[in-house]
Amino acid sequence: MDLYAIFFYFFGLLTVASAFVVVFARNIVHSAFALMFTFFGVAALYVLLYADFIAVTQLLVYVGGILVLIIFGVMLTTKVFSVEVKTGTLNVLPATLFTAIIAGMLIFVFYVTDWNIIPDQEWDTTVYGIGALLVNDFILPMQVAGVLLLVAMIGAVMMAARERSKS
Amino acid sequence: MVETLEQFLPHPLLAIIMHAALPMVIVFPYVLFAVWLERKVSAHMQDRLGPMRTGGWHGWSQTIADMIKMIQKEDIVPSRSDKFLFKFAPFLAFMGAYAAFAVIPFSSEYIGAHLDVGAFYILAVTSVVTLSILMAGWASNNKWSLLGAMRTSAQIVSYEVPTVVAVLSVIVATGTLNLMTISEMQTGTIFNWLIFSNPFLLIAFVLYFISSLAEVNRTPFDLPESESELVGGFQTEYSGMRWGMFMLTEYADMLLVSLLGSVLFFGAWNSPFGDFMSGPVWGVFWMVSKGMFFIFVMMWLRWTLPRLRVDQLMDVCWKYLIPIAFINLVLVALWEMLF
Repeated sequence: MDLYAIFFYFFGLLTVASAFVVVFARNIVHSAFALMFTFFGVAALYVLLYADFIAVTQLLVYVGGILVLIIFGVMLTTKVFSVEVKTGTLNVLPATLFTAIIAGMLIFVFYVTDWNIIPDQEWDTTVYGIGALLVNDFILPMQVAGVLLLVAMIGAVMMAARERSKS
Repeated sequence: MVETLEQFLPHPLLAIIMHAALPMVIVFPYVLFAVWLERKVSAHMQDRLGPMRTGGWHGWSQTIADMIKMIQKEDIVPSRSDKFLFKFAPFLAFMGAYAAFAVIPFSSEYIGAHLDVGAFYILAVTSVVTLSILMAGWASNNKWSLLGAMRTSAQIVSYEVPTVVAVLSVIVATGTLNLMTISEMQTGTIFNWLIFSNPFLLIAFVLYFISSLAEVNRTPFDLPESESELVGGFQTEYSGMRWGMFMLTEYADMLLVSLLGSVLFFGAWNSPFGDFMSGPVWGVFWMVSKGMFFIFVMMWLRWTLPRLRVDQLMDVCWKYLIPIAFINLVLVALWEMLF
C-alpha cells in the first residue's frame, strides 16, 4: 500500500468514525466536537483529490464558522440558561425508512456512475481557474449567492434588533 | 526539502514526519525564550528586575526550570468535568497553532508545504484554536471558564473579519495566495517590501496588527483570561503541563501572526540590504528576527495599555476596524489599478 492509500484510508476512517460519534453521542456537545473531526476528514479527502482551495474553504466555513457558532449556541442554551437539549430518538420507523432510501440511492449512484479515473499526476494550481470561472462563466450564480447571504444577514440583524427593543 | 530528506531516511513517511517536525526546532526554543523575555520586558517596564537567579546571567534558565517543574506537577482533572474533552483540549489547541506553521516560508529553501492557498489556509486552520478554547471552557464545568470561552469565540469570530480583509488587501496587491511567491516578490532592498509599495498597505498593516492582537488574545484584547474578572478565564481549572500547553499555544500563535505579518508586509526572509547578508540561512535569521521584533512590540503593548471592556472591544471591531478595512481594501485595489 502506498502512502496515498494509507492517508486515504486513515482519513476515510476518521470521517466515518467521527460521523458515528456525531450521531450516537448522548451529549450534544460531544456530537458537536466530533463533527469537527468529520469536517477535518472531509477536508483531507479534498486534499487527496488535489482540490486544495475547496479543502481550505471547507475548513474555513465549516470548522471556523458554522461549528464555532453551533457550539456557541449549544453552550449558551445548556449551560447558561440551563435548557435541556433533547437527545432521545423519535420517529424511528420513518427515519429508518428515509435513511435506507437515501443510502440505497447513494449506493445505486455509486455503482451506476461511470467513474472517471484520472491518473495520479501533479496538478496545476486550482485557485486561478476557480477565480477566472467565478468572474466569467459563473458570475450570475456567484452574485445571486452573494445577494442571498446579504439578505440572510440583514434578516438576522432585524431579528436580533427586534428582540432587543422588546426587553 | 522532502526529496533531500528522503535520500537519507529509509522510508518516505519518515522523511515527511521529519519535514513536518522542522518548525518545532524554531518554535520550542522560541517559546522558552519568549516567556523569559516577556517577564524581563514587563519587569523592566515596571522598574523591576524580573527573574535574576536561575542559571546565573539574568535568570536565563528560568523558563527551563519552570517547564521541568510543570512536567513534574500532579495532573489535576476536576471530578465534575468532562474528562475526555478536558484532557484533549490543550493538545487540540497546540495542534491548531502548529498546523499553521506548515505554510510559513522560514527561508527561501524551507517551507512546510508549497500550498497555492497558503494565506487562506492559515486563516482557516487557526480557527481550531478557537474550538479548543471553547472545548476547554465547556469541559472544565466552571462558570469562569465558560464565560472566558464565550468571550473568546465572540472576540475571535468578530476580529477574524478585519484580519481577513487586511490580508486580502495584500492578496489584491500581489495577486497570489502563495506565501512563498509573496516572499519572492519582495526580493531586493527594503524598498521592495510590500509595506512601502502602496501607501494603503501601511494602513492595512496597522489593521492587521491590531486585529491579530485580538486573534491571539493578547492585551489589550485578553478578555478570555482577564484575571481581574474571570480568575483565569478558560484556563482556570488547568494546571501543570496541560496549562503549559495553553501557554505554548499562546506564544506559538504570537509567533505565527508575527511571522505572517512579516511575510505579508515586511519582506519575509529577504534581507533589508539587498544581496548583503542574504541566503537560505540568513533567511531564517531575518524571518525570526522580524518575528521577534513584532513579538517585542506585542509585549510592549501588553505592559502599556489597559484591557478593553467587552462592549468597547466589539465597538472597536465592528464600528471602526471593519469599515476602515473595507474602505482600505477598495483603495488598495484602486492604487494597484492606477499605478
